[in-house]
Amino acid sequence: MNATGNTSAAVRLRVNGVVRELRLDNRTTLLDALREALRLTGTKKGCDHGQCGACTVLVDGRRVYSCLLLAVALPDSDVTTVEGAVRDGRLRILQRAFLDHDALQCGYCTPGQLCSALGLLIELAAEGGDGTAPAGAVRERMSGNLCRCGAYTHIVAAVTAASKTIAEGTP
Amino acid sequence: MKTFRYERPDSVATAVAGVAAHPGAAFLGAGTSLVDLMKLHVEEPTLLVDVTSLSLDRIGTARDGGLVIGATVRNSDLATDPRVRAEYPLLAEAVLSGASAQIRNVATVGGNLLQRTRCPYYRDVTKPCNRRSAGSGCPALESRLPHSPHLAVLGASPACAAVHPSDLAVALTALDALIEVTGPHGTRTVPITSLYRPPGDAPPDDTVLARADMITAVRLPAATAAWPCAYRKARDRASFAFGTASVAAALRMTGDHIVDVKLAFGAVAPVPWRARHAERALTGRRPVGHVLRQAVDAELVHARPLHGNAFKVDLLRNMTVSLLSELAGRAA
Ligand SMILES: Cc1cc2nc3c(=O)[nH]c(=O)nc-3n(C[C@H](O)[C@H](O)[C@H](O)COP(=O)(O)OP(=O)(O)OC[C@H]3O[C@@H](n4cnc5c(N)ncnc54)[C@H](O)[C@@H]3O)c2cc1C
Ligand code: SF4
Ligand code: FES
Ligand code: FES
Repeated sequence: MNATGNTSAAVRLRVNGVVRELRLDNRTTLLDALREALRLTGTKKGCDHGQCGACTVLVDGRRVYSCLLLAVALPDSDVTTVEGAVRDGRLRILQRAFLDHDALQCGYCTPGQLCSALGLLIELAAEGGDGTAPAGAVRERMSGNLCRCGAYTHIVAAVTAASKTIAEGTP
Repeated sequence: MKTFRYERPDSVATAVAGVAAHPGAAFLGAGTSLVDLMKLHVEEPTLLVDVTSLSLDRIGTARDGGLVIGATVRNSDLATDPRVRAEYPLLAEAVLSGASAQIRNVATVGGNLLQRTRCPYYRDVTKPCNRRSAGSGCPALESRLPHSPHLAVLGASPACAAVHPSDLAVALTALDALIEVTGPHGTRTVPITSLYRPPGDAPPDDTVLARADMITAVRLPAATAAWPCAYRKARDRASFAFGTASVAAALRMTGDHIVDVKLAFGAVAPVPWRARHAERALTGRRPVGHVLRQAVDAELVHARPLHGNAFKVDLLRNMTVSLLSELAGRAA
């Protein structure tokens, strides 16, 4: 147990497949570690209080709000941001669907929407079933991502369509 | 946020000793409630003792056949657990009605039970608030504006009328869950129905737990397993919102009579509200419309709505009557 009286710590994270060793003040959230220390600015800061979803990333394959998690509490975690998620074929299908369905206006919420939708697809796969998400289920399960421009109907259509494309493409 | 030290102990005893030894220390679950309040300066711990590496993240079977849920089981894992879904579905419904997938994916059971009220004055350190600082006043009750729906209609005191925000706690209150606690002087079991403290005139203590008391597990008695049960929640928007009123109910019938019923209300009182008056009025009766309405009113006569939130009493009555008649239909 560390009892050295330190208010900062060495933190080892695997971010988008690369191990990063950081010295961080204990107050640093995962969001600030990504944006400020690692200059990965794809992940956005909206509310900074867990209320909007702009900061959504995947930690060990689960979607989370990076603004509410302390980086020091995530030792050796596997973090995927929107920059790294593009290596996942499913994210590219989601991006294509967002473009095809006009699922963004200003785009500020979009990285969070995409990471959240990827997390949703991972959850659906783990739950079994055919992997597709009907519009009603998408609306409920994407409710942790707000869009100040109100592109919701198009976002729901895009995620629904992408889940179908992916389910059909999976052998 | 103030600076703080961080420790990740590998045993419950070390975690409890760590918090007991440092006056400014607090346990840390995922931090989705605590880190938020630290950013707002509502909480200013000088040491965080992380409990998420203590191997308390499993759901197992108790000796009586009930479930033992570790304190650091993530909310989403609780809601998808096959035994929870089969035997205590109201628990899964309550968890899934709360927060968002991103929060549930990390939030722990212990942290969920001990999250603080969402009263906006409590979260704003530029305002007085008895629950933050006893005796400083209650702007929510003193306001001349109509009282907003976030305040209590049952069990409030003149010092505080904030509601407890947890959905999970309401479901566990209906199920008579037992909370396993380890403190500096050993372990004990606290029924969830006596975990939360009514505000009285000393509202800062939400629960009967002392600062260094750690929740290690939640036990669900086998007795209520597989009863028809459900959770209903009314809120301002369809998803990702705290409740305006919620109801957790479980009941058992013999023939056309209710033989046993458990009923709890959420978002309407400073504590998850076990509706014992209504339960007594329902036991042994046929679940027909007027019986259900009278039984619920036996509870709601104790309601003391504030200017502007009386609608919560009607909302609660309608939600409870319709939920009970649905469950009775399923049980028959
Ligand atoms: C935008 C938003 C919406 C939300 N909506 C809902 C909702 O609709 N319904 C709902 O029920 N909840 C809701 N929540 C609250 C959420 O469920 C809680 O934040 C979460 O459950 C807390 O768990 P945690 O592990 O992050 O706790 P933490 O933040 O880590 O801890 C919370 C408190 O519990 C203490 N603690 C933690 N673990 C233990 C332990 N084992 N023993 C003793 N003390 C402990 C901490 O010291 C702290 O005081 C919402 C939260 C946000 C931010
Ligand atoms: S209702 Fe309670 S929490 Fe809200 S301002 Fe009053 S004392 Fe504080
Ligand atoms: S920035 Fe994290 S939820 Fe809004
Ligand atoms: S596109 Fe502007 S916030 Fe969503």
